[in-house]
Amino acid sequence: MNNKKSLGAKLVGAPYYLWAAIFTVVPICIVMYYSFTDSNGNFTINNLGQIGAYMDTFILSICLGAVATAICLVIAYPMAFIISQMPASKQRIVLILVMLPMWINLLLRTYSLMNILEDEGIINNILSFLNLPAIHLINTKTAVVIGMVYNFLPYMILPIYTVMSRIETPVLEASKDLGSNWFQTFLRVVFPLSIPGIMSGITMVFVPSVSTFYISQKLGGTMELIGDTIDRQFNRNNDFNSGAALSFILMIMIFICMAVMNKFSDDGEETIVV
Amino acid sequence: MSENNVILTEGSKALEPEPPEGNEAIIKLKNISVTFDGETILDNISFSIKDGEFITLLGPSGCGKTTTLRLIGGFVDPTQGEVYFDNKLLNGVPAHKRQVCTIFQRYALFPHLNVAENIAFGLRVRKTPKKELAKRVREAIKLVGLKGFERRKINTLSGGQQQRVAIARAIVTEPKVLLLDEPLAALDLKLRKDMQVELKNIQQRLGITFVFVTHDQEEALSMSDRIVVMDGGRIQQIGTPQDIYNEPENAFVADFIGESNILDGVMLEDYKCRFAGRVFDCVDKGFEQGESVDIVIRPEDIKVIEHGAGEISGIVTASTFKGVHYEVILDVNGFKWMIQTTACINVGDKIGITIAPQDIHVMKKSEYSGKFGDYSSFSDEMDYISDPTYVAPEKLNEREGEWIVSPAEAEGGAESGE
Repeated sequence: MNNKKSLGAKLVGAPYYLWAAIFTVVPICIVMYYSFTDSNGNFTINNLGQIGAYMDTFILSICLGAVATAICLVIAYPMAFIISQMPASKQRIVLILVMLPMWINLLLRTYSLMNILEDEGIINNILSFLNLPAIHLINTKTAVVIGMVYNFLPYMILPIYTVMSRIETPVLEASKDLGSNWFQTFLRVVFPLSIPGIMSGITMVFVPSVSTFYISQKLGGTMELIGDTIDRQFNRNNDFNSGAALSFILMIMIFICMAVMNKFSDDGEETIVV
Repeated sequence: MSENNVILTEGSKALEPEPPEGNEAIIKLKNISVTFDGETILDNISFSIKDGEFITLLGPSGCGKTTTLRLIGGFVDPTQGEVYFDNKLLNGVPAHKRQVCTIFQRYALFPHLNVAENIAFGLRVRKTPKKELAKRVREAIKLVGLKGFERRKINTLSGGQQQRVAIARAIVTEPKVLLLDEPLAALDLKLRKDMQVELKNIQQRLGITFVFVTHDQEEALSMSDRIVVMDGGRIQQIGTPQDIYNEPENAFVADFIGESNILDGVMLEDYKCRFAGRVFDCVDKGFEQGESVDIVIRPEDIKVIEHGAGEISGIVTASTFKGVHYEVILDVNGFKWMIQTTACINVGDKIGITIAPQDIHVMKKSEYSGKFGDYSSFSDEMDYISDPTYVAPEKLNEREGEWIVSPAEAEGGAESGE
């Protein structure tokens, strides 16, 4: 009887296992194969050895990614809280507004951001109209961070909103009832309960921010992030081996960052992360 | 009759119900009205709660009992009227500054904290010194019998254990008044009975005031010092369980608390009334001559005698064995009486009944008169259930759940809270 049931469960799960195998496990194996071979297919660890040369790029990528993630968190957290406290009908409208940019292509969004940030762009036009000095934004780190925040903000808001909307009103009332004022309720109840949402929000913003190449190409000028380096190895230098090695190391670095993050969150086992 | 059924004309001062001897009134509600989205939830209610008593707000769902509790807890503001605590006006005082504590319907425990931390919550907020905090938490855990569960996560506890954590979390802050919002509704019958006894014990040991909300009349009768019966946002009656049961104020109270046969009657003179086509001696007086009244007769007060020997006779249409007694439905000229008797009576038997004068309760006519009456619908239901050959017509199938419940459950138990 038991076998029959588990066979059915296996059959239902089969397409997903297949999917995971083809699109996750196999690609990772391919990346690892290229990482540890030279152009002739012989085993080598030289690819990984050249990472030292790209250390600055790695550090810059992680720093910008971290700054963008932090800014997203600062903007998204209060916003998610405010949305979760709204009446249900309003919540739906605001959530659609939050998700609306996600329906528009990333390239398109980044191009429009270029227009806004350019020296002759909308921001500087407005500044000059107000007789204020122009500011140079395009091709700076600031522009890249703005691009990351703009593009990935919804991925921070949504998971935090989800955990916050699941906090039951009676739980908040119980906190007040036991003598906490608004701030204490937030600190002792709302915040601890929203940590899982924060963790998955950070993952969903930090990972794409660190590995982005398009945003930095369009908004960062000559600036090269690790994503750009990998892109260059594959597309221009046709050096699959060092490209794969860089990807592999990036993956491990992100994995370490997330592991450290999870260690800091009290409820590690409850987070949806990794 | 109770002095508390205060009906006030607009703008008049409340007739304060006299706080009974000994105990001071700790909470006073004065002319409270609550309207929400144009709907009246509470309609000009006034009553006081004595220090140290176990008072129950009893009524069907939507009667305003939970709103009354939330009003005292500080989660609902009155549209009109005043709440006093220790003679100080409580209106506008936020929930976290009130010396009352609530036990919520579904416990509302903090899912991110373990048992001990949940209980310590109120003390941590008050910045209680570490040593004292640990001592008081330990005492509270012992009081509710949760020793050994200190480090357990909330979601690993059973309903009854969560209930105990909620009680400990509330009493550890030593509130003067504990508000309990249907705290036992989610527990199974056996556990509910145990917790009733335990709650009552805790209340007596701590000597603090309990304001208990329930729709379960049995629970209310067995636990309370006083009961406030509510319906339609108004207080129907306030009194001891004995008062409420033996001297119901109107047809609603009589019907809601226990089983009752409610008949139309006329008061002929003091101590004499007429109902069911006959004249009876009774113990009530003070009605006008010829005033039409509602007569309540409890099923257990009716004595079964031989057919034709007493005032009333009829034919038995249903008889259910209930363990201690039989529940008999007797058809007397179309009016179906419910009788509880230890005699073995079968369907189709012809029997007579007699009622002693002190068991006839006379009530003034009210808006509820005529809404509750005999047990005709009950006996129909019983016919279906007691007839093994009966097959429900197909279209009735979906209603099955509806008629396999006793009327008491259908009115009181089937609702799942407000």
